[in-house]
Amino acid sequence: MAKAQGLATMFGAVSTGIGVWYVVAPEHFLRTIGARPIDRRIATARLVGAQEIGVGSALFVDGRTTPWLATRVAGDAVHGAMLAMAWRSPDIDRKRMSLAWGAWAMITAADAAATLLANRTERTGVSDDEPLGSSEGALAVADGNVHGSVTINAEPRAVYDYWRRLENLPRFMKHLERVDEFDGTRSHWVARAPLGTEVEWDAEITDDVPGERIAWSSTQGSQIWNAGEVTFQRAPGDRGTEVHVRLEYAPPGGPVGAAVARLLGEEPKGQIKGDLRRLKQVIETGEVIVSEAVAGGRSRRQRPARPLGQAA
Amino acid sequence: MKATTFAGRNKVRYGDVPDPEILNGGDAIIRVTTAAICGSDLHLVDGYVPSMVKGDILGHEFMGEVVDTGPNVKNIKTGDRVVIPFPIACGKCWSCSQQLYSVCENTNPNGWMAEKFFGHPTAGVYGYSHLTGGYPGGQAEYVRAPFADVNAVKVDGLPDEKALFLGDILPTAWMGAELAEVKPGDVVAIWGCGPVGQLAIASAKAMGAERIIAIDRFDYRLRMAREQAGATDTIDYEQVPVLEALNEMTGGRGPDKCIDAVGMEAHSNDIQWPYDRAKQAVRMETDRPMALREAIMACRSGGIVSVIGAYGGFVDKFPMGAVMNRSLTIRSGQCHVQRYAQPLLERIQAGEIDPSFIITHEMPLSEVTTGYELFKNKLDGCVKVILKPGMTGGNDRPKMAVV
Repeated sequence: MAKAQGLATMFGAVSTGIGVWYVVAPEHFLRTIGARPIDRRIATARLVGAQEIGVGSALFVDGRTTPWLATRVAGDAVHGAMLAMAWRSPDIDRKRMSLAWGAWAMITAADAAATLLANRTERTGVSDDEPLGSSEGALAVADGNVHGSVTINAEPRAVYDYWRRLENLPRFMKHLERVDEFDGTRSHWVARAPLGTEVEWDAEITDDVPGERIAWSSTQGSQIWNAGEVTFQRAPGDRGTEVHVRLEYAPPGGPVGAAVARLLGEEPKGQIKGDLRRLKQVIETGEVIVSEAVAGGRSRRQRPARPLGQAA
Repeated sequence: MKATTFAGRNKVRYGDVPDPEILNGGDAIIRVTTAAICGSDLHLVDGYVPSMVKGDILGHEFMGEVVDTGPNVKNIKTGDRVVIPFPIACGKCWSCSQQLYSVCENTNPNGWMAEKFFGHPTAGVYGYSHLTGGYPGGQAEYVRAPFADVNAVKVDGLPDEKALFLGDILPTAWMGAELAEVKPGDVVAIWGCGPVGQLAIASAKAMGAERIIAIDRFDYRLRMAREQAGATDTIDYEQVPVLEALNEMTGGRGPDKCIDAVGMEAHSNDIQWPYDRAKQAVRMETDRPMALREAIMACRSGGIVSVIGAYGGFVDKFPMGAVMNRSLTIRSGQCHVQRYAQPLLERIQAGEIDPSFIITHEMPLSEVTTGYELFKNKLDGCVKVILKPGMTGGNDRPKMAVV
């Protein structure tokens, strides 16, 4: 949704800008595309300009992007026809108008692509302001935060108790080096970061409902800001406990840092899934299960399934 | 130790690898006394299952003697003779509690990989690609068996030849017949007369099927199906069109139950062969489902199609219209071996079933590359190869073969 919205704003701005140019300086515009500025053409250019401004403003104002982007594609078709008509006139600069054709083709392609993208995004029914078709639990996967869930064959209280002893977290959270609890709510976290570095922060528990929910947040002045919550719900049909985790964090280095981290194989969503899988293993079977291919190493780098020791 | 390893597409290697070690508290180390080559090993070697890595130890059908156990192992001890079920189960998760061992939720450390391919992860399996965890296989001198309390079946007193197949193909075949709900009076058709097909015939017979029609293209396998497994009829699909023959043999109804014991590398005589072979070669489909398509089309309306042949990914031209419009039921699964091993062990002990009739070749582990050649290319009347790490007579030098 955010992506389509951003696109719409950008196209709105471009559309309005071009429109103003056509209306204010139609002669300049016509000379640019290689057409001699005669009265009939000046009038047409002003009309096209008005249309561009209209669509542009609509893209800014109206929440729905698809129909307005589609209008742009329709406009492009009309403009193409106009160019084709002008092409037949003897009084044009063909070199300039060839360039105009090129520009027209690029704009049309961009408009069409944006329309398709916006259409797809809008049809998913996920919107920033109101949930159209999906209920809250389903929308959790679309809110932009890192999330994960797993079902564990144990009582909610047992899973809560295990998690609430924060010292346990490094047993299944691969990137955590250690967690030290100061008192009932405050703790110090040390995590491994890409390229062999470490990050540390202090966190405090902001909500704690035994057997149900734990929420935490890094304290002010931490190296990286992060917050999260984990809930423990009884699964239907006597299937144990559904654990739902949601994390918000500001990656070191912002979006660029996040992209670099992804390149290095540190993908938060994949991480949390792996962490939850290990939590399930630890609670259900007592330990993290390893095969020779992943023992002691990063699970995402494959190596032959053969015993440790000589496995390079 | 010596072991059989994957050496790239169509290449199998025999040579030295490091010994296994205990990595988890529930592990046991098994000294392998007999292992077998499975049809699904061929899918791996042929390169149709993704995520194989050169050096992976092959083999998921094996048995032997317990030589070491981790601190959490309670039910078995050093010296026990055990058969190892191919799916690794934790015994603690919900799926294990429902006896759905081959979809154990904990034993696949590469669950994320399997999830991408299958939607949800499956259990770990020995020597069966990294999609199932990257566990070393059993065509070796020693193997580590995780959660040995759940994953080792004691077979004291039973010779290896009779016990070995409890680890995979006998329970697989039995489950195939059970999924098909074979009962007295049924007409059952079985595609594929390889080891699993043969044992599926025997299982259907044990469940009281009235007629069992076996389909293959190799004379010697069809003969084994008739003379040893218990098929009442056989069809060589290179000689007769299968659908017509099945209709003729069933008064136009079609078989009540159809079992696909072929899987992803099927063969066919008609236009499907070049079509699927070409698509598979350029990786536009992973599996060639000719036997499955035929089983669906053949099955009588309202009947059951049971799929125990191994599939790896995606099939093309799947006759969903026949399934829907003719009220067919499709049932499938990697075998939940731990569910069947004990009852089938008792049937073997009671003399009701003897699965050893499928063994056509027995050789030292060091000759494993020859075993793959014979089995894959169906040479020398080969149905099932068993390998004995301790057997003398082989040439123990490292070797690699293109099969």
